[in-house]
Amino acid sequence: MDFSLSSEQQMIQDSVSKFIRSDYDFDTRRKILASPAGYSHKNWKLFAELGWLMLPFSEENDGISGTMADLALVMEEFGKGIVVEPFIATAVMAGGLIALAGNQQQKDEYLPKIMAGELQMAFAYAEPQSRYHLNNVKCTATETKGEFVINGHKSVVLNGNHAETLVVAARTCGNTSDNNGISLFLVDANHASVKREGYANVDGHQAADIWFDNTPPLGLLGEQDNALPAMNTIIDKATLAICAEAVGAMQIAHERTLEYAKTRKQFGRTIGSFQALQHRMVNMFIEHQQAKSILLMAVLKMDSNDGIDAKALSAAKSRIGKAANLVGRESIQIHGGIGMTDELDVGHIFKRLTTIQYLFGSTDVHTKRFASL
Amino acid sequence: MNLNFTTEEKDFQQEVRQFLQQKLPEDIAIKTKKALHISKDQYVQWQQILNTQGWAAANWPVEHGGTGWTSTQKYIFANECAKAGAPDVIPFGLKMVAPVIYTFGNDEQKQRFLPDILASKVWWCQGYSETGAGSDLAGVRTTAVKDGDEYVVNGTKTWTTLGQYADWIFCLVRTGPPSAKNQEAISFLLINMHDPKITVSPIITIDGTHEVNEVHFDGVRVPANNLIGTEGQGWTYAKVLLTHERTGIARVAMSKERLVQLKELAEKSDDGANKLIDDPIFAQKVANIEIDLLALEYTELRTLSAISTGQAPGPESSILKIVGTQVIQAIDELYVEVAGYYSMPFVPQQYGDEFSGQHIGPETATNSSLRYFNNRKASIYGGSNEIQTNIISKAVLGL
Repeated sequence: MDFSLSSEQQMIQDSVSKFIRSDYDFDTRRKILASPAGYSHKNWKLFAELGWLMLPFSEENDGISGTMADLALVMEEFGKGIVVEPFIATAVMAGGLIALAGNQQQKDEYLPKIMAGELQMAFAYAEPQSRYHLNNVKCTATETKGEFVINGHKSVVLNGNHAETLVVAARTCGNTSDNNGISLFLVDANHASVKREGYANVDGHQAADIWFDNTPPLGLLGEQDNALPAMNTIIDKATLAICAEAVGAMQIAHERTLEYAKTRKQFGRTIGSFQALQHRMVNMFIEHQQAKSILLMAVLKMDSNDGIDAKALSAAKSRIGKAANLVGRESIQIHGGIGMTDELDVGHIFKRLTTIQYLFGSTDVHTKRFASL
Repeated sequence: MNLNFTTEEKDFQQEVRQFLQQKLPEDIAIKTKKALHISKDQYVQWQQILNTQGWAAANWPVEHGGTGWTSTQKYIFANECAKAGAPDVIPFGLKMVAPVIYTFGNDEQKQRFLPDILASKVWWCQGYSETGAGSDLAGVRTTAVKDGDEYVVNGTKTWTTLGQYADWIFCLVRTGPPSAKNQEAISFLLINMHDPKITVSPIITIDGTHEVNEVHFDGVRVPANNLIGTEGQGWTYAKVLLTHERTGIARVAMSKERLVQLKELAEKSDDGANKLIDDPIFAQKVANIEIDLLALEYTELRTLSAISTGQAPGPESSILKIVGTQVIQAIDELYVEVAGYYSMPFVPQQYGDEFSGQHIGPETATNSSLRYFNNRKASIYGGSNEIQTNIISKAVLGL
């Protein structure tokens, strides 16, 4: 057993960590959120130049890693700056689906552009009625004389407003909740038949609701009617990514709370000198440590099984969700009123820790999935 | 001991229902039920309707225009209002400063201030907290120095809720010398917000709204007859006010109504496989909150009953604040859970009256996380839940 980082991993961690510390401070992030795009094109180019956009891809797809360990490494550092650039939407989800399910021609067409930071993509899977069931797909792709058209409504598509190309899950046969009969399609997001309503999410990430009205796709991605296994694999990978992000974000929330408690004075003494608060900050610390540990467990188990271990992943999402809930709430509470303000980073970390609890399956959904496997 | 309403109480319930049916404006009821932003004008409109009926001040003594209701009547009124979607009155005038004025103010002050509060002609705000005086409220540093017939006020108050609308502010100020003990140096002063030497600056909170403010006093001259009671007794008055504030803070009726609506939403949340309300984990969470709320309801009734037999609300009212806010926040969290992915989009503009664009998500799903974020304040304001715990520990348990 060896939990230490390799020299390459150490280099990755150092480079992301340095970026967060020197180029992604809270004020810079605020400016990025207030900009028209809501994320920084300059940062995106930098991610490409530093090779971070190649990390989610294996060497056989001309990437440089593809392991959960490296993905988690980057995401934990991203969590420390609560990075809003669409790394998960483009590189992990859409890019991941092309790498997993695409034919050679599709890989050649899309993956180099993603890794070079030249293409924004998104994966449209959730629908108003689907909640967290990936098999619940009403959106249809109907075939006439070998040509498909897509119809339906996709909810809260991450990066959906900026994506140039979409991966869309649509039903090619069967009923709404059948596991079989779902297919993936590549779709030109700017096609006239695609209507997009873009917005920022409460955590600052960009998203859109998208409507397809007889939209002709660019092509089928992967096997017809049998997309669910690939969707599960990639959503689990994205889930691992946000778990790692939460672990990084919790660390900062805890650090900020400690700093505040050590300096804020009430009743003539620092509030950190009150035992009632000391114990609560210790509990935050324990939650963060437990979260870090279960993340490591999931990373190692997934990496030892070709990136797939649903039970380990759900254990991590469930436990980390619980930790994120406590650490987020307590960091606001211990700050008091100032923690409620938009001007302080703690509130923004809290908001991201909240959305992570509900993204890709709530804490309860993953607890149940863990029990069922 | 008897749980049933008497015939008179049942009649009263009918009277309240009928009044709400006839007089509560529909647009206000819809907004209240959906937890959407209610404008200043709408609050004033509703409070003036209540006043016309003689019901604006449930807690005041009859001689000043109060209702003279029994605790059962107050309970009935609160529950019917919540069911009908009547908003809570803005507390700063009717529930906070008025009891201080009619208890500790002189006759001139009672005549000058109480009728306008009752008629909602003036908007009050609270000048308590300061940057350095949060949980340690007695540490206020805003000074009021006597100069002839006036006090000269300097300092900054913060977390002033809806201070941007206010005509008047009630403040805790230091009148004593720097050497005096905090509790003995504080006075309770009423200040006209329209003074040009007062500036109000907004504080934006994590839900993106402008609800609270900083209020700066830069040499504001306040007539000495705006001081309530005796100089140096402000802390005593403030504590009385805070105890009154805490009895209303449990918001039991509102939480009951929100749970009813939550269950309706979970019933409608059909994903093609199961309804969320049929999910045993979710159902258990709802049940646990509902049970907590039932216990809280009876804790509140016990407190009200003690008050009606002539006892003042004691430090036990801190229980109402702690548990009431825990319940509010737990319910908020379940609304986020019901909304699922649609808890994420930040699109508050779509709930504005003039919005004509594409609506995102079912009904008010996207409002759920904003409400969850906003209500983190509930365990912080009115004396944080940690302070309430200290009060129970000291004053009730003698620890």
